[in-house]
Amino acid sequence: MTGTSEPILRLKNVRKAFGNLAAVDDINLSIGEGEFFTIVGPSGSGKTTLIRMLAGMERPTSGDILLRDKRINDTPANERPTCMVFQSLALFPHRTVGQNIEFALKIRNVDPATREKRARELMQQLHLPADYYSKNVTLCSGGERQRVALARALAFDPQILFFDEPLSAIDYKLRKTLEKELKDIHRETGKTFVYITHSLEEAMVMSDRIGVMRRGKLIQVGSPNEIYSTPRSRFVSEFMGDVNVIPVESNGAGSVRSQSLGASFKVPPASIEGKAQCLVVRPEFLRFLSSPSDAQNSLKGVLYNEYALGSRIQYQVRVGEKVFLVEKLRQQPFKGSLDDEVLIGWDPENSILVADE
Amino acid sequence: MIEKTSFFAEPGRRAALPILVLLSLGFIAPLLAVVGFSFMPARTFGLWHEPTLENYETVFSDNTYISLFWSLGLASATVVLLALICYPVAYGLVRVFGRWSTVLTLLFTIPLVVSENIRLYGWVLFFIKGGVLPGTLRTLFGVEMGDFLFTPAAVLFGMVYVYLPFMLFPMTLGIAMVPNQMREAARDLGASRWQVFREVELPLSTPGLMIGSLLTFVLAIGAIAEAKVLGGQRIIPITHDIEIAFTYAQNWPLGAALAVLLMLVVSVLVLIVLRRFDLDQILGKR
Repeated sequence: MTGTSEPILRLKNVRKAFGNLAAVDDINLSIGEGEFFTIVGPSGSGKTTLIRMLAGMERPTSGDILLRDKRINDTPANERPTCMVFQSLALFPHRTVGQNIEFALKIRNVDPATREKRARELMQQLHLPADYYSKNVTLCSGGERQRVALARALAFDPQILFFDEPLSAIDYKLRKTLEKELKDIHRETGKTFVYITHSLEEAMVMSDRIGVMRRGKLIQVGSPNEIYSTPRSRFVSEFMGDVNVIPVESNGAGSVRSQSLGASFKVPPASIEGKAQCLVVRPEFLRFLSSPSDAQNSLKGVLYNEYALGSRIQYQVRVGEKVFLVEKLRQQPFKGSLDDEVLIGWDPENSILVADE
Repeated sequence: MIEKTSFFAEPGRRAALPILVLLSLGFIAPLLAVVGFSFMPARTFGLWHEPTLENYETVFSDNTYISLFWSLGLASATVVLLALICYPVAYGLVRVFGRWSTVLTLLFTIPLVVSENIRLYGWVLFFIKGGVLPGTLRTLFGVEMGDFLFTPAAVLFGMVYVYLPFMLFPMTLGIAMVPNQMREAARDLGASRWQVFREVELPLSTPGLMIGSLLTFVLAIGAIAEAKVLGGQRIIPITHDIEIAFTYAQNWPLGAALAVLLMLVVSVLVLIVLRRFDLDQILGKR
């Protein structure tokens, strides 16, 4: 959506080393004005170090961080027009909800009446009850505290809002609500959001673009759809939920061979040169067949187990030693029972060849 | 269903019994004895005389209140000075000195191993005419030092010196309790270093400051050795009066009355402070 807008934030060869270890290694990235950009990675991938450098709490070892073409490497956090919502939220426990939200305004010597007016506007925008204004922030529930933290950051009126996994400690249902609310707030305010999470699922819901980090490097950047449907490596494909990954080697044009399964598969024409490869098929693209000719690729296996996932049902099918996951919608008919021999298959266009890394 | 059960049927009460007995005998009984003595006629040694208020009259008609003011004044000054001295040190121990903190903490603790009186006599040797400090100053720089020993300032110095660890350690704890992300968040919201300190660090480390202040105040108001050793008995704190009444004067009821008065004053002050700063609220919920 915003890939074409002016970049507000640019990173050039940004690197941060702690001793010999590069926590963040040579990152190049442009984030567009008004974009919702999410950085995803497992713990230890360097994403928190990266966002702390962007917010001004760490200094890069080398490289440049440019905010609207101005180098901000050495600008301390309090002089940057950006604001961060912390993982711990870091709400001030000795202050009320109102005082927390007004903090940035108080620092700027805004008069109390204007401060309160702005705080109350934000509380309304974030669905906080008006009488919470003078409530002690420690007495608020988890979801309310999230909203207070966001309101406090918005009151600062930052050009970029950073989020360091603020939803990671919230239970599933509330998290889903807050994810959507956050995206709504993003639309309402039109501000640039840079979000960090270890959950690609969370990133998918909210982001315009996603950057996947691994061992300090940004290994793929793209829209949620690109990340989901055309991952470039085994790591990215496995990061987004369950996938079936088959190590394969090239077997001429449009075909690969799996040593372990002793079978060949048709694949889409695009291929990866010179690297070990994997064939990735998502469970929802695998289906049960009544005869091998029903799909271009097929395998014979044993139905080992089934897992109900609400609207969908997932089946574990064992082909020799190899475990495959097959998913279907609940309403689709299927009459297999455990330990039955089944045929599973998929079409080449629903599979992806990725680097085995 | 309401059923009348015996007091000891409630769980935990029987388990609490030994400590209850110990506290009653070891703590409450002596206190009651002191309170009882304060109502006995002067210079008597029994608890079964006709109760009288004459000891309290003596306290107020006499000039004993001067001792009380000295004690309160010195204790307050000690607390204020300690707060000013210890905050930067505690801050350094928590946030600046890193792994040297342990060594420094040890250095602050070691003097506690030596008896307070011995340490105070050490200071006498240090400050006395021709002692370590005045002697060095005269020999090396030809500077004559004015009298410091046996002045109220010397007493205050001694008290600050003796009670420093009792302020420092609670304060260190208080500052260590402020999560670093609070500082970062405040700074990120535009606060300068000074604003971070005033708006976040100081209020959040208040519990440590309060506990340290209470502790040192209560200890300092009971101080006696500093005035005797470093003050050369030029100042008589209330504790000294109490000691005199119980020993040389052999007037237990008067000493008891003074002790009761001191306890009342301290309790009221402590209660006021605890009321103003609800420690449970600051410490309990985060």
